Amino acid sequence: MADTKRKTTAVTRRDVLKGAAAVTGTAILGAPAFISAQPVILRYLGTAVNQSKEIAQKVKADLGIVIEYVPVTTDDVSKRIITQPASFDIADAEYFQLRKLIPSGNLIGMDASRIKYADRITPVFTRGEVAGKKIGDQGTAPKKVFYLEGKSSTKFSATPTRWITLIPTVYNADTLGIRPDLIKRPIGSWSELLNAEFKGKSSILNIPSIGIMDAAMVVESLSLHKYQDKGNMTKAEIDLTTKALIDAKKSGQFRAFWKDFNESVNLMASGEVVIQSMWSPAVTKVRSMGVPCIYQPLKEGYRAWAAGFGLPKTLSGKKLDAAYDFINWFLSGWAGAFLNRQGYYSAVLDTAKAQMEPYEWAYWMEGKPAEKDIKAPDGTLLEKAGTVRDGGSFEARMGAVACWNAVMDENDYMVRKWNEFIAA
Amino acid sequence: MERVHRGLSDREAGRTAVLEPASALATARAGVWRRRLTSRAAAPYWQAAPLALVFAFFFVLPLVVMVVVSFWRYNEYSITPALVGDNYVSVFSGCVAELPSLCLTFKTYLSTLKFCVLAWALTLLLGFTVAYFLAFHVRSLTAQMALFLVCTIPFWTSNVIRMISWVPLLGRNGLVNGFLITAGMTREPQTWLLFSDFSVVLAFVHLYTMFMIVPIFNSMSRIDRALLEAARDAGASGWQALWNVVVPLSKPGIVIGSIFVVTMVMGDYVTIGVMGGQQIASIGKVIQVQLSYLQFPLAAANAVVLLAAVLMVIAAMTRLVDVRKEL
Repeated sequence: MADTKRKTTAVTRRDVLKGAAAVTGTAILGAPAFISAQPVILRYLGTAVNQSKEIAQKVKADLGIVIEYVPVTTDDVSKRIITQPASFDIADAEYFQLRKLIPSGNLIGMDASRIKYADRITPVFTRGEVAGKKIGDQGTAPKKVFYLEGKSSTKFSATPTRWITLIPTVYNADTLGIRPDLIKRPIGSWSELLNAEFKGKSSILNIPSIGIMDAAMVVESLSLHKYQDKGNMTKAEIDLTTKALIDAKKSGQFRAFWKDFNESVNLMASGEVVIQSMWSPAVTKVRSMGVPCIYQPLKEGYRAWAAGFGLPKTLSGKKLDAAYDFINWFLSGWAGAFLNRQGYYSAVLDTAKAQMEPYEWAYWMEGKPAEKDIKAPDGTLLEKAGTVRDGGSFEARMGAVACWNAVMDENDYMVRKWNEFIAA
Repeated sequence: MERVHRGLSDREAGRTAVLEPASALATARAGVWRRRLTSRAAAPYWQAAPLALVFAFFFVLPLVVMVVVSFWRYNEYSITPALVGDNYVSVFSGCVAELPSLCLTFKTYLSTLKFCVLAWALTLLLGFTVAYFLAFHVRSLTAQMALFLVCTIPFWTSNVIRMISWVPLLGRNGLVNGFLITAGMTREPQTWLLFSDFSVVLAFVHLYTMFMIVPIFNSMSRIDRALLEAARDAGASGWQALWNVVVPLSKPGIVIGSIFVVTMVMGDYVTIGVMGGQQIASIGKVIQVQLSYLQFPLAAANAVVLLAAVLMVIAAMTRLVDVRKEL
């Protein structure tokens, strides 16, 4: 008896569920207007530095697209793209990572015909030029990995095609940061990083693939070795470079190494370190704390990097359209101006220029003395009127790029040697 | 009633066995299983099952996966199933060839071991003293509780913030150096205070003494006070009573605390990284770097070696005291 009863209820419950499913189904089919009123959500994978809340707010206001930031570290961006390609809708990755990302097949080529400003992207990316002059292309220069042979191809194309790997978001030229008040003399070369004068007061960043490039700039400026390609060393070159680092470490040259933005700011602001590899916003941060700090241009040139938007192969339909809309919006000026005002560079310069005050453009991009006080996007004072940007104009800075962040063929070996350097 | 029923079914099973041996055997086996599963002896197994399953799924399975992956091949963007020892060869590369100078792995383990010994000895000394004070000198339970809470104050902020806070204290222009210079004890700021072995050990002691205090206090609070009186009556001095009565009876707490501290120091890379100014190697850091370069199998092999090393240390410690017996 009890059995029968239980059976009856089970059937009824299942019927109810079926009914509910049917009702929901009808509701979905019958109410497309309701669905389309829902804003499209794009999960934006990238590093926290590039994920400003202002950009998300502006996109929401302009396009109605909701940007959901997934902030992770640079290394985790590639890890996510390779291991969990369905966990994001748009990725903000660095060009040097492409040599790992593209062969995995998880990113697809972006259709240049759907990118409104594709042909106005600065030639830094497309041809490796600034103002008509070739710039350094050692390492993974963006022009080497900018195009794919086909939409789903895993091979880079040396000549322009319709399929773009990443649409540039930000890029910059990195150099050494110094404390002029503690050094008290001009600094003009990468070799100063290992100068015994700064024993116990220098630092290098502990991210193997980037740290080794800075080290290579130093080795070359000390005339210890001339690299064929600093971004793709041979095993012997890796040995030589790490040996120079190990010798310096053993003699007590380094105060500490840093791994993230804030660590570098702390080292510099506290005076523990007076010369170190640094990122541009970190210099700004130190300066905004009232501590003098210069992003020192050096005669050997800069180590450059660039990041851009990539699309996962899993993206389709409405989300894919929204991703293209978002990218087109990103290149259309407002975001570019926003990034330029932080000392980065944007992909399409003329659209950004239209959104900036002439004095802002003159200071940030033309290397002219600031006519008025320069303010950050949030309104805080960055520079007083009269100051000139470290390194000068866009052409002077990007034109002096010597090499680009890279993944080497001997990456495994390099990582092992770097670990030995840390353990030495 | 139940027993009668079961007896019957057994007899039936026996009867069919004569007729159809194969199926009867199966029925009999099923019967035996049913009995085993429902009998009272099985009850503890059922009770332990949920936790066992959770452990199997979240602990044993990942461990097995880690061991399996450590034998796989990898390249920059993918890992492929295989059964190769390359990763282990890579972990120990140069360890024999470069003798007598140490290879990366040996050097790193030696450095980690040094921190283990230092952190262990200091946390034990401090932890034991604090626990002794709390257990034997603080009489009221409320006071004990209050003092315990005081011990947890360092844990009220995040680990990283706690470590970064050392910079203004120990740095070149920090409070300690400021004091030393104004007191005339030194002319140049002392740099060994920060980003050095000293600062790493200091941070470990600061972070992990609590993990010594708690288990040792727990052991001590269960010591029968009459034993101490007996020791005194028998003419033992304070130190003799401490050494011959309190220490042996606190051994389980000491061993548990030691296991905590040693395993945490062995696997740590954040403290060593921040306090050592990223200049000191640790196994955890090596693994983290390999993970960030997507060298999962190599990182797994390193993790397996680390696990083996930690297990050996723990085995040695538990050899000294049978923790299970003492609890």
